Amino acid sequence: MNDAFNHPQSVLVLGGSSEIAGALVDRLVANGCRTVILAGRDSAALENAAQRARDNGARTVGTVVFNALDVVHTESAIGACFDAVGESVDLVLVTLGLLGHAATDVGEAARIVENITVNFVWPAAALGSVAQRLRDQGYGRIVVFSSVAGIRIRESNFIYGSAKSGLDGYAVGLAETLRGSGVKLQIVRPGFVRTKMTEGLHAAPFAVDPETVATAVMRGIECDQPVIWVPSTLRWIFIALRHMPQRLWRRLPE
Amino acid sequence: VKRPELAAIDHSQLSQPRLLTGWGHTAPAVSRVVAVDDADDVIRLLSPEHSAKSATDSSPDGVGHGVIARGLGRSYGDAAQCAGGLTIDMSRIDPIGVIDPETGSVEVGGGTSLDALIRTSLPQGWFIAVSPGTRQVTVGGAIAADVHGKNHHRDGSFCSSVTSLTLATPTGIRTVGPESDPELFWATAGGMGLTGVVVKATLRLTRVETAWVTVDTERFADLDDAMSAMEATDHGYRFSVAWVDCSSHRRGAGRTVLTRGDYAPFDSLRPRAGRGALALPRVSRLRVPCSPPGRLVNRHSLRTFNALWFHKSPRRRFGELTPLTSFLHPLDGVADWNRLYGPRGFVQYQFVVPPHHGDVVRQVISMVASSGVASSMAVLKRFGPADPGPLSFPIEGWTLALDFPAGLIGLPALLNRLDELVATHGGRVYLAKDARLRPELLGEMYPRLEDFVEVLRRVDPDGLLRSDLSLRLGIRTTMS
Repeated sequence: MNDAFNHPQSVLVLGGSSEIAGALVDRLVANGCRTVILAGRDSAALENAAQRARDNGARTVGTVVFNALDVVHTESAIGACFDAVGESVDLVLVTLGLLGHAATDVGEAARIVENITVNFVWPAAALGSVAQRLRDQGYGRIVVFSSVAGIRIRESNFIYGSAKSGLDGYAVGLAETLRGSGVKLQIVRPGFVRTKMTEGLHAAPFAVDPETVATAVMRGIECDQPVIWVPSTLRWIFIALRHMPQRLWRRLPE
Repeated sequence: VKRPELAAIDHSQLSQPRLLTGWGHTAPAVSRVVAVDDADDVIRLLSPEHSAKSATDSSPDGVGHGVIARGLGRSYGDAAQCAGGLTIDMSRIDPIGVIDPETGSVEVGGGTSLDALIRTSLPQGWFIAVSPGTRQVTVGGAIAADVHGKNHHRDGSFCSSVTSLTLATPTGIRTVGPESDPELFWATAGGMGLTGVVVKATLRLTRVETAWVTVDTERFADLDDAMSAMEATDHGYRFSVAWVDCSSHRRGAGRTVLTRGDYAPFDSLRPRAGRGALALPRVSRLRVPCSPPGRLVNRHSLRTFNALWFHKSPRRRFGELTPLTSFLHPLDGVADWNRLYGPRGFVQYQFVVPPHHGDVVRQVISMVASSGVASSMAVLKRFGPADPGPLSFPIEGWTLALDFPAGLIGLPALLNRLDELVATHGGRVYLAKDARLRPELLGEMYPRLEDFVEVLRRVDPDGLLRSDLSLRLGIRTTMS
């Protein structure tokens, strides 16, 4: 069950080997989360993350491997994840993502489909299934990782950005449908995060570490913030950036 | 009187999904809610056929996910809700029997509110023996939380005044009392509704001559002085409670207003005696009309409020006549006061430590004051000896209750530290107010938890009765 501070006792992570997920699971376990199920593509990386959760004191830790390109079997993948938790699921984190490389990917249809599937199509289908299951439980919490890349699209990562933009809008709409159901859906909009996904890229202004993101998300969960910007100043900065003329926007430093 | 065709209706068909929270507005959950009219309805909902049926056919009414009774929703946390399951609304089982003019014994329904009972009994010169800070609780809820009042050091907790109760359990109707099946009776006292649904209870009321209390008020600039005064002279008063300021670290931390009193005898009312001697409590017209978008309770408003509270209290005043209900039920002064905390809600933290650990109270107040976390006034009192309930909260010693807005930075960690401190000193927190205790500490705080679970195994072998609180604290999981 979630307690009065919205701290869960069980968590399911879709995209369980991501660094942000790892940092967040550390904090959840420190705040009383005992069951951790990590789902993702890379079983070795998941096992590493699982060991970290066990070392931190989680009692029941498991991994589930799924393929986010296999959208037809989304429902059964989510079913397997919920079965792995084995009790009611207090919190679902949706952290999977694929940055890709827009400049080269755009010439290859399969790459475009892959990027949009992993960042939008599969998560959207999965969220539908997760939302229904939590609705049946009568309570639960979903935290979806969007990105500021989806708030104002830019050339360098426009495929990723447009997919995240789709996911963000989908999540906003899904959160509305969940009003009064006992299920809360929160959206995280991080700026540039220094992780292996962004390795080698020039860090954008307001870049943060996974640890900073995890701390901000924990606070956002405790306060029931519908949208969590990281760092929080990006909320105000993007009000301006969203309306900036394109000819200025493309000249801003990456 | 129940019409025959109504009895044939399956009440599960009438249940509605509803989003429920406790009084603190935290941890909301949806369950099916069904209002029942009598014990037979409850028994039907708890019957094995009914639960088996709903567990298999995709749970149309949620019984397969557990059942819990709910009264007026005044427990602060998640005790009276059952996510994805069935919540039984008891408010229609509210009869009040004839009060025995000799003994003050009265039979009431599990859903009868203390407010309704007082309105019936007070004009006849009878009052409930133990009264919590609000009249807006049901008898069933008062038993399930084994509530206490300002007279615990004299009269014990609510279940001390219960002579018999009728429980609907998954294994049938049982009527129990301190003499018949005392294990089940005392497990029900403070058992948070997990031993069965209280459909009926017999209470022993206290005779009163007036609806007034004579109150002595004293102000102390320092908590230690107040605690010494309480230790020295509490035994001379039926009611005793202290309000402690812990809003400010620098100035005013620990200043205390101590109010103590007794039922006012008829003679004390003259010359204003007569008509008003047994007057009914007034219904408060003050109400928080809607939830403000944010919380109005913050460090600054609390500091101001606490300072006003302290300075408006007389330095020393003896024998002041105060209406019984405004003295005993301060929480009924403003209806829906919980809305002041805004949509994020609040948590209440109440603990008790044994009498020789008064220093823990001081330590807690200084930890709260120095943490920067805003708390409203703290309520301090002394408990008398415990009753035999394994999950009943009151044990002899000092008890302190604090309110906190739920979203404060550092609050979860602060309360975890307080838990550790309380548990290591042989104390415990009050489950009726809890919404965040770690399950690991429950057994340490309630060392007779296993006795309680033993009773559950007997009356509810399949674990049908459960609440979000029982799941969160893992009370049921220790069963397997």
